[in-house]
Amino acid sequence: MSTQSTTTSRLQRVRAVADARPARAGTLVCGIVVVAVLPLLLDPLSGFVDTSVKALALVVMALGLNIVVGFAGLLDLGYVAFYAIGAYSVGWFASDHFAAVNHGHGVHVLASVLKSDPAGIHFNFLLVAVIAIALTALAGTVIGLPTLRLRGDYIAIVTLAFGEIIGRIAVNGSSLHIGAYHLTNGQQAISPLDPIKLPFVGSFDSSTNLRPYYWTALALVLATLFINFRLRDSRLGRAWIALREDEVAAASMGIPLVRTKLLAYATGAGLGGLAGAFLGYYINSVNAGSFEFSFSIFVLAMVILGGLGSIWGVVIGALALAYINYYLIPDVLNTLPSKIGLHFDLTQLSFGIFGFLLVIMMVLRPEGLLPERRRKLELKEGVGAGEDLYNVRS
Amino acid sequence: MSVGTTDHDVPPAADPAGNGAILVAQNVSKLFGGLVAVNDVSIAIARRSIASIIGPNGAGKTTFFNMLTGLYRPDVGAILFDGKEIAGRRPDKITKLGVARTFQNIRLFATMSAVENVLVGEHARMRTGLVGSILRPPGVRKEERMARDTARELLDYVGLPESAFEQRATTFSYGDQRRVELARALASEPKLLLLDEPSAGMNPQESAQLTEFIRRLRDERGLTILLIEHDMSVVMDVSDRITVLDHGEKIAEGAPAEVRRDERVIEAYLGKRT
Repeated sequence: MSTQSTTTSRLQRVRAVADARPARAGTLVCGIVVVAVLPLLLDPLSGFVDTSVKALALVVMALGLNIVVGFAGLLDLGYVAFYAIGAYSVGWFASDHFAAVNHGHGVHVLASVLKSDPAGIHFNFLLVAVIAIALTALAGTVIGLPTLRLRGDYIAIVTLAFGEIIGRIAVNGSSLHIGAYHLTNGQQAISPLDPIKLPFVGSFDSSTNLRPYYWTALALVLATLFINFRLRDSRLGRAWIALREDEVAAASMGIPLVRTKLLAYATGAGLGGLAGAFLGYYINSVNAGSFEFSFSIFVLAMVILGGLGSIWGVVIGALALAYINYYLIPDVLNTLPSKIGLHFDLTQLSFGIFGFLLVIMMVLRPEGLLPERRRKLELKEGVGAGEDLYNVRS
Repeated sequence: MSVGTTDHDVPPAADPAGNGAILVAQNVSKLFGGLVAVNDVSIAIARRSIASIIGPNGAGKTTFFNMLTGLYRPDVGAILFDGKEIAGRRPDKITKLGVARTFQNIRLFATMSAVENVLVGEHARMRTGLVGSILRPPGVRKEERMARDTARELLDYVGLPESAFEQRATTFSYGDQRRVELARALASEPKLLLLDEPSAGMNPQESAQLTEFIRRLRDERGLTILLIEHDMSVVMDVSDRITVLDHGEKIAEGAPAEVRRDERVIEAYLGKRT
């Protein structure tokens, strides 16, 4: 009897969803239009647009990490590595860094450079983006391999170490040489970089107008959202859920453990690299000092705050933390303490504010702002704590 | 000593011709530290037959199963499936070759619906990769649609009511959960189906239905079935051949009538007659 009634309610719900579909598509289109038009209402060089560009790039990163942590359930504390590799792809392939290449005349492929006939390698933005994705996907696979025998906390430690290794290499890259060149310029940074140039659109100029960067970032977010949704509802997405919940049963049902996990790492890394390359272009400098452990935590916090595995949740989490970090604290509330007679800037407290927010969040709503259905169930019922395959396979 | 063979005899599995055997395990042993969980066990299972492994708790039955499906690597011995060596191969590869299983303590994916669970079982028979999943071209859509149809057919075949198809499988009754697990195993299109205590928790009536269903699987789908079972009425009724394990060793083997009379089997189950 009870099954009967739950069935009917279920059916009603299914119908409700089916009815809601066109309405939801409408809402989505409206939302996109509003977000796309927004910068036209603002000054093209305003601080808010600047923050929004960074925030959108971070949404791409968070959505990439969501595939690894949220979908496949593999904790990654070294995501900054992919930011670094993505940004250095720009540093290497769209700047004067390799100055003497081709006898000082440089290598240009559909390049957008300000001076004529510059030295160094200058590839078009789209080409650099592809290179960044390829390099980071490769790096993601490399980092994935040693973690495959591990689970939970141990994966976290290995990925953390990987993030640190890449960070150290970046900082000390000025003493590492490829032929006559430094690998990186360390804290001296590789700068300036070429501006982004798109076919039919032309070159961007961040000194006069930030809007093109905003729209490019928005396009990247939409593409990443599309990838997230498609992967979630696919054969691969099911395999990730299965592995996350019961590795032994998943393997026994024919899911290849290594391949499936590496695909998650590679995809997540590729999106991190794409966002990293974009941020490199936008900041117009690749500085080793920016690839710190705290960045990995920053992106991970976005995913957890929004709700592991929940695509819209992660978008909200990323936007919330990005605006708090880049806008609310430094621009809006920074002078608040001095107004009430205290002698410090709010930015000095930003880590404390973040920590406080996260603690509050974990106490009140541990499953995230917009929890994903399965993850909520798993959290509630303790699913996925079973033994892993490599411990079973003795 | 009665008619049942013992581990001292030449194991039938040693027969290289195999007599049309789909699965041959030769002198398989598994040690856990100092404990010999499975000791020098050999069996051969004829194609399209129903075979059972019985034995008291801790006899090594499930350990033996786990070696057949690649979860454990045997320390000694060979396992041939369809003439291919599978001992120590990865579980997913063995599944792809055509071995599927259910678990003693049902292991359904907890947040998935019945259909989704079966779809995971179809994983090995599907081809869509990363790029296909993202771009979803017509071929991928078609594969997904067919996979869903197959999943629904299988759930119907195992007797799950259609109203339950889209519901979370772990909320079902014990019997229905076993049904979903069976459908999930069948989804990988196996030639050999391993059932680990399929009648656990069932009442006599359900057990009788299960017996009937196991026969149907063999007759309608041409499967070979190997089961671990405690319910003697099921075992004696359905099995063509029974292997008895005790303390990791094979103590008897033969047709149900033979095994039933075997002194060592009676001793293992009931204790020594004084």
